Amino acid sequence: MNYILGAFKPACHISITFSDGKSRKQVPLKKENGQTVMVPLFQSQENISGKISIEPVSGKKVEHNGIKVELLGQIEMYFDRNNFYDFTSLVRELDVPGEIYERKTYPFEFSTVEMPYETYNGVNVRLRYILKVTISRGYAGSIVEYQDFVVRNYGPPPSINNSIKMEVGIEDCLHIEFEYNKSKYHLKDVIIGKIYFLLVRIKIKNMDLEIRRRESTGSGANTHVETETLAKFELMDGAPVRGESIPIRLFLSPYELTPTYRNINNKFSVKYYLNLVLVDEEDRRYFKQQEITMFRLGETS
Amino acid sequence: MHHNGVEDEEKWLAAGITGLQQNAFFMHRALDSNNLKDALKYSAQMLSELRTSRLSPQKYYELYMRAFDELRKLEIFFKEETKRGCSIVELYELVQHAGNILPRLYLLCTVGSVYIKSKEAPAKDILKDLVEMCRGIQHPLRGLFLRSYLSQVSRDKLPDLGSEYEGDAETVSDAVEFVLQNFTEMNKLWVRMQHQGPAREKEKREKERSELRDLVGKNLHVLSQIEGVDLDMYRETVLTRVLEQVVNCKDEIAQCYLMDCIIQVFPDEYHLQTLETLLGAFPQLQPSVDIKTVLSRLMDRLSNYAASSAEVLPEFFQVEAFVKLSNAIGKVIEAQDDMPVIGVVTLYSSLLTFTLQVHPDRLDFVDQILGACVTKLSGKGKLEDSKSRKQVVALLSAPLQKYNDIDIALKLSNYPHVMEYLDNGTKKEMASVIIQSIMKNKTLISNSEKVEALFELIKGLIKDLEGNLQSELDEEDFHEEQNSVARLIQMLHNDDPEEMLKIICTVKKHILAGGPKRLPFTVPPLIFNALKLIRRLQNRDENVAEEDTPATPKKIFQILNQIIEALSSVPVPEVAMRLYLQCAEAADDSDLEPVAYEFFTQAYLLYEEEISDSKAQVTAIHLIIGTLQRMHVFGVENRDTLTHKATGYSAKLLKKPDQCRAVYACSHLFWVDDQDSIKDGERVLLCLKRALRIANAAQQMANATRGSGGSVTLFIEILNKYLYFFEKGVTQITVASVQSLIELITNEMQGENATPDPTADAFFASTLRFIQFQKDKGGAVGEKYEAIKV
Repeated sequence: MNYILGAFKPACHISITFSDGKSRKQVPLKKENGQTVMVPLFQSQENISGKISIEPVSGKKVEHNGIKVELLGQIEMYFDRNNFYDFTSLVRELDVPGEIYERKTYPFEFSTVEMPYETYNGVNVRLRYILKVTISRGYAGSIVEYQDFVVRNYGPPPSINNSIKMEVGIEDCLHIEFEYNKSKYHLKDVIIGKIYFLLVRIKIKNMDLEIRRRESTGSGANTHVETETLAKFELMDGAPVRGESIPIRLFLSPYELTPTYRNINNKFSVKYYLNLVLVDEEDRRYFKQQEITMFRLGETS
Repeated sequence: MHHNGVEDEEKWLAAGITGLQQNAFFMHRALDSNNLKDALKYSAQMLSELRTSRLSPQKYYELYMRAFDELRKLEIFFKEETKRGCSIVELYELVQHAGNILPRLYLLCTVGSVYIKSKEAPAKDILKDLVEMCRGIQHPLRGLFLRSYLSQVSRDKLPDLGSEYEGDAETVSDAVEFVLQNFTEMNKLWVRMQHQGPAREKEKREKERSELRDLVGKNLHVLSQIEGVDLDMYRETVLTRVLEQVVNCKDEIAQCYLMDCIIQVFPDEYHLQTLETLLGAFPQLQPSVDIKTVLSRLMDRLSNYAASSAEVLPEFFQVEAFVKLSNAIGKVIEAQDDMPVIGVVTLYSSLLTFTLQVHPDRLDFVDQILGACVTKLSGKGKLEDSKSRKQVVALLSAPLQKYNDIDIALKLSNYPHVMEYLDNGTKKEMASVIIQSIMKNKTLISNSEKVEALFELIKGLIKDLEGNLQSELDEEDFHEEQNSVARLIQMLHNDDPEEMLKIICTVKKHILAGGPKRLPFTVPPLIFNALKLIRRLQNRDENVAEEDTPATPKKIFQILNQIIEALSSVPVPEVAMRLYLQCAEAADDSDLEPVAYEFFTQAYLLYEEEISDSKAQVTAIHLIIGTLQRMHVFGVENRDTLTHKATGYSAKLLKKPDQCRAVYACSHLFWVDDQDSIKDGERVLLCLKRALRIANAAQQMANATRGSGGSVTLFIEILNKYLYFFEKGVTQITVASVQSLIELITNEMQGENATPDPTADAFFASTLRFIQFQKDKGGAVGEKYEAIKV
């Protein structure tokens, strides 16, 4: 339907502007076509208001059965195209059926909108927020315009944030003890820690710390799990001997991380793991994966 | 295979350099355009070349140095970047985003250096962070170079006292702590190299390790340069921690090198004040560590320190350095049961050098060391290897060199015991050293006990030692040796004749046991030394010489006779005869006719029985004639006998010219200027006439055998004798006889058969000139000669 619409010249031009558009923070958003555009950033409970102006193309009149603007929060599964789950859907009627001859502007406002989930662009799933303007027309088909915006929700630092400490090993072969200073990290955090070698009987070549993202979508038998390695950070070069302790300091800011999402609208989850990988001289990999919780820290705090 | 390995390595190095240069090029471009992001990206890529595992330390170093140069440029850029407003803290974080650890840490150290300079954070915190983060490199080679880089960039930024980076009260500790930690980690990496890779490449690995050792040692040097490290801190922290690492690493190469490093880089006075701690580490080292060399170097250093100034000596006494060193050596030797003899001797040798320097007055220490050495050597038999023998020689030579006095060595009871462990060759060598010392210092060996002890020490030169039958020794060397013994014998002296006699007897005892080969060298000097004594006795007041004193010339002559007799076993009759004649002359001076006669008899006997070579006979007969001519002690009878014999011998020489010369020489036996009793012109004339006859006979023989006239030289020589006695006033020598001899010669020279002989012509001409000269003198002499027509 969109395709057909695109083939014809639109009858009118619709633009959506936010009332605080100039001062509001803009963040990049990757579109379906791969391009990155800058879109305004909101968080839950904010008022989303602005103006929608409709301008018919030179002298033509636009006949319609009513104009509305919707605020939609959608979850879109890539393997299930065109199947959107709207977890939020708010509507404002802008105009009763009639005709527009010249440029006409409608203010709109959605106040204290509940937007519990963050915008997310994953491998198999996308969570997006859009404003959708629809000019309903009978036979000619409706004219629709979308405006994306991004939602990010900030939380306070978790009150309980224990370190992760663990001793793992392969009997008579390798025993290590590792420690990450926290179990919950904010997106610009630094992972501090150390690895202590209790027993080394294999010839280790190097050791990396990986940040892995595990995105699971669907449920039950239809669960899809996708794991991506977002960071591969070398911690150690060469073979340590018993008693060595190797420091960890990994800055998270260079990586495109999101907070941990648990069971978003029963549709998907995004979890993060630290994967400690030791590689021996025969390129065998020994690893231990630990989940960490990512959260978004308020910018001001 | 190996060759290919080298070629491959060259290729890898070349590839590494190319990669490094390419990225450096892009890095420079980024630096020029102030593009921080690209600068970081390309510098990290550039540094990635250092991640290679394919290069040997040497080649890796080449690559490292190139990266090092590039990093200097990057550092300048970072500094400018902070001036342009980029926060250093941010930069410090930014470089840590690099995914690969090695480039990341090189960059971190580089920014860290700028960070310290910015003084936005205390130097100690940054240094601590850097040295801690470097733990990520556990690969020995890469780790060593990275830490070496850290050490390099931080050297001038330590929070030392007086440094612009000085911190709080603990600032020196912080600086020391940093260096110590880097040192410890580097050493661990270095040691670890030994245990990685296949066993068959052990040798290669050790070579590579030794190429890297200075990277580790450099840290100790840095420690020694920290101003704030005073003695207390050195004692409490630096030394303790360094030693702890050295001992605990249990690695032979590291221990050996680092102990030496410690000794070389830290000041002497610190060593002295912490001697106990330092020495305490030695027994804890691996048994294979070459402790002797290291410990020796410590002692050498301390010795030099002691020698540097007398003011430092009290320090040595105060810390009882000798006792400590001595104990430490004992413990080390005890701990290393299988330490080779060379080690033991080297240690004692160094301790000895030290003692001589620090306690020159403590001979007991010296003896104690030698004693300890003997204890260790006992039961080991003679030293087999040349190195340890050399060390023993060094050990024994040290006191001689120090005191310049053999007397000292003679006082050391253990000295000869140590020598016992030398083989014969080395004993000789040592003996030569001793003699040279005496020569050089003109040491007076002044009594028989000392001589006894000395000869005991040098017995290697004095007699054949058991088990040394084969004389493979070079003839020339042997002569050299024996000549030195001869010089030594000449040097023995005591003003007291009694003692001197004892000395002579002692020497006699030793040299007579020396075997026939040595006697020709050792007897003459002893004889002459004894003759010197006799001459001294002659000069003394006659009355002083009492009967009961043993030192009378007579007694000495008896001894001399025995000594010369010993030569008969050699046999060297010429030497023996000369010595007899010397003694005879001395006896003549002492007015001992029977003694002189006895010596002459012995000389004659030798002439008759032993000297058979005609040339030797000629020499001998002239010696006899010369000596006899000077004798005045003989009565008529004795003299006649001896003279008669001498003329007899002369006439029996083989060759006519020799006969002739001997016979005319005999003429002097009958006319001695200062002895009125010996003025027998008749016999003088007889001798000369006889000589003429023989000369004639010689002439004829020459004619007969060669068809030409022989030389007239003999005649001219006889003419000269005529002139001599003519001038002396021997009445039997008349003008006419002289005249006819001249004519004879002239005729001979102009005769048909005469062979031209320029030498004879010249001789004759100068003889005639002499006559003319005497004529021209005028006076009594001129008158006398006037009658001779030329």
